[in-house]
Amino acid sequence: MSGGIVARPATAIPEDQVQRYNFAERAYHWINSFAYTYLMLTGLALFTPLAYWLAYVLGGPATIRYWHPWIGLVYFATIFWMHRLWKRDMQKIPQDEQWSKNIRAYAENRDEAMPPQGRFNAGQKQFWWVMFYCTFILLITGIVMWIPEKMPRELHWVLPIIIFIHSATALITIAAFIIHVYMSVWVTPGSVKAMVEGHVSTTWARTHHRLWYEKITGRRN
Amino acid sequence: MSNGNLEIKAISGHVGNSPGGGDYRQSDGSTHSGASLDYDVCKLIDTTTCIGCKACEVACVEWNGYEFRETTFDNTYQTMPETAWNFWNLIKFKEVETDGGLQWLMRKDQCMHCEEPGCLIACPADGAIVQYTNGIVDFNQANCIGCQYCVSGCPFNIPRFNEATKKVYKCTLCSDRVGAGLEPACIKSCPTGCLHFGSKEDMKFEAEKRVQQLHANGHADAGVYDPSGVKGTHVIYVLNDAKHPENYELPADPTVPLFVKLWKGPLKWLGGIGMIAGVFGVFMHYIRFGPKEVDKAEEVKR
Repeated sequence: MSGGIVARPATAIPEDQVQRYNFAERAYHWINSFAYTYLMLTGLALFTPLAYWLAYVLGGPATIRYWHPWIGLVYFATIFWMHRLWKRDMQKIPQDEQWSKNIRAYAENRDEAMPPQGRFNAGQKQFWWVMFYCTFILLITGIVMWIPEKMPRELHWVLPIIIFIHSATALITIAAFIIHVYMSVWVTPGSVKAMVEGHVSTTWARTHHRLWYEKITGRRN
Repeated sequence: MSNGNLEIKAISGHVGNSPGGGDYRQSDGSTHSGASLDYDVCKLIDTTTCIGCKACEVACVEWNGYEFRETTFDNTYQTMPETAWNFWNLIKFKEVETDGGLQWLMRKDQCMHCEEPGCLIACPADGAIVQYTNGIVDFNQANCIGCQYCVSGCPFNIPRFNEATKKVYKCTLCSDRVGAGLEPACIKSCPTGCLHFGSKEDMKFEAEKRVQQLHANGHADAGVYDPSGVKGTHVIYVLNDAKHPENYELPADPTVPLFVKLWKGPLKWLGGIGMIAGVFGVFMHYIRFGPKEVDKAEEVKR
């Protein structure tokens, strides 16, 4: 990513490396991911008796019921800020259609069949928009579940529907989360370093995000 | 009353069977396993002989150690709009116009102790709601986390949240008294004998007997309220007009809400299986296809 942070010598980007995420992006991502992990684990504890032991590990059942909504607000705030930073990069480009069509080749590591991608590939964009829209559903239903005592009794019949939607939406995000963590930690070595330290090798950038690489370096291969 | 012990039948948010696995203590200290010695208990409320004196309300707050709440005036005999976290038992007063004139309907409102309790089904907290084999559904505030899922599961709008303690409360059917072989406090206080307590079988018999009497006296619509949508309740009513329970602010066909059943049924199982399958799936993908080793691949091409 060009511009933004001026690197001091000590934090200079090493040779053959390009900056992928600036500090703000990394900070929002990790606050968001810690918040999400807490929400997922505490949510699962309240979702099924099989996971209720997590409630004790994470501070006690009444404690997680207190914190889950507050951490939910942190999660929402960081999703909102990430959206401000990334919404342009998350827009569809013409190559995305071809990418989605060839997703099987991508999954089978036949990357030569994949069209060049921008800063985020079509799969990352799909992940982002799933999380983005699910967050809004979780926020609205979550606020109702936070303070049902403020709700008029005549409206109590919607509570089961609200809780059902909250649970089902959370399960969708968990499916997306499993794929996201798997892809970044195991399938594409270098991704975790990119999100922690901020930079990737030029080879990594050229292979996974060629259009982005060409844009930031002005180079054509 | 031989309910000298309370054997647990169902526990909220709990994995597996109830502790004890069918064994339970007898009053002499020995254990017994097999069929339960407990019988279903039941409270019978004959609304046709209730005079709305509210003695049961006083007995309830007294036994449970709460103060009487401030009353409000709304131009009827209704003393307060609804039950509260520390006021579990309230006479609901209704004026209903019929062809024959005006009816004053009084109904003792409290937890119905459903055979299929929506509160317990919805509750995520292990041991916060317990159903005993005698039919009593009891809240255990020590385990309550204040999420109020029970409110979403109850078709009778009974659980009440205390904003100070962040716990939910309701009528216990005096499980502490019944467990000690006594009848509930409200039963003891009723001056007209409209409240009865005993086995479900006996109370159904008493209720039907009273209904026959009412039919003979010209109340053709009289009947028993023991809704089958929640597999019956352990508090049953004799109503003057059983065809219109709404007149008494009772739901005509109460059931555990559909979305509670979907959420605690298929969604829970599909979600759990889905998550395990997802983690297993990505693991299998990894050992089949492995990582995208870009740097090495690029070096070879170069």
